[in-house]
Amino acid sequence: MPLQFFLIIAAALFCIGIYGLVTSRNAVRVLMSIELLLNAVNMNLIAFSNYLDRQAINGQVFSVFVITVAAAEAAVGLAIILSIYRNRDTVDMEQFNLLKW
Amino acid sequence: MNLAEGVQFVSFIILAVMMLGAALGVVLFDKIVYSAFLLGGVFISIAGIYLLQNADFVAAAQVLVYVGAINVLILFAIMLVNKKEEFAPVPRRWIRQGAAAFVSAGLFSLLTIMLLKTNWHVDLSVTPPVSPIQTMGEHFFSDFLLPFELASVLLLMALIGAVVLARRETVMGEETAIIGENPAPALELPERPREPVA
Repeated sequence: MPLQFFLIIAAALFCIGIYGLVTSRNAVRVLMSIELLLNAVNMNLIAFSNYLDRQAINGQVFSVFVITVAAAEAAVGLAIILSIYRNRDTVDMEQFNLLKW
Repeated sequence: MNLAEGVQFVSFIILAVMMLGAALGVVLFDKIVYSAFLLGGVFISIAGIYLLQNADFVAAAQVLVYVGAINVLILFAIMLVNKKEEFAPVPRRWIRQGAAAFVSAGLFSLLTIMLLKTNWHVDLSVTPPVSPIQTMGEHFFSDFLLPFELASVLLLMALIGAVVLARRETVMGEETAIIGENPAPALELPERPREPVA
C-alpha cells in the first residue's frame, strides 16, 4: 500500500476536525474536535515513521509524546469547561465572550 | 497483489471508512452523547490503522489512553454539564458554517494535491525492527530522556491543575452558625456562593 493513502485519510480527519472546531456550539464538542486534530497528527507521524524511518522508529516515539500531551490537555480542558459551566450556567460557545475585545 | 497485501488493503479500506464516517458523526450529530460514543469508534479505528503499520505498542497505548481515559472523561463531562438547553439562534450562522466548510474542503484538496505530487523517496527494502517496543524503549532512555521525564512533570501539573480548576469551594467551619430553625443537611457541605460573571 502506498504511503499516500494513509496521509490522505489523515488529512481528511484533520479537515473534519477543523470544521467541527470552528462550527460547533457545544464546548464539549469543541474538545472532541481537538482530539480529532491530535489524532490526525499522530496518524501522520506513524505513517512517516513506518515508510520513511523504518529502522529507527522516531515517529512512534513522538506519537507517544503527543498522546501524553493530549491526555493532559483533555483533563485541563474539561476542568475549565466545568468551571465555566458553574459560573455562567451554559456550555454555548457563543456566550463565552469573556475575553472578547 | 498477493493474499497478504489484499487482506491489508481490504482492512485498510474498512478501517478508513469506519474512521471517516464516525468522525463526520462526531461533528454533525445533534446529540452530544452520540458524538462521544462515535469518538470512541474513531479512536478504535485509528488503533487498527496503527496495527497495519507495524506500530503495535502505539495501537495499544491508543486504545488504553484514548478510549479508556479520554473518552470516558468526555462522557463524565457530558454527564456533569447535562442540561437541556436550546441554543439561541445566531443571525447569519449559515454563512459561518458555509465558510468553515469551504475552508476545510479547500485545505483538504490542497493537502491532497501536495501529497500526490510529492516524491516521498519511500524505501521499503529496509527491514523494520523485530521488536518496535524495544527500539522505542531505547529511544526513551537515551536520546529522548529529557522529554520523557518532562512528560511526567506535565502529567502531574495537569492532574493538580484539573483538581484546582474543577473543585467546588465549600464553606468550612460555619456549621455552628446555621444551627437554628433550618439546620444544614447532614451530609452536605454548604457551597460558597459565587457571583455570576456578567
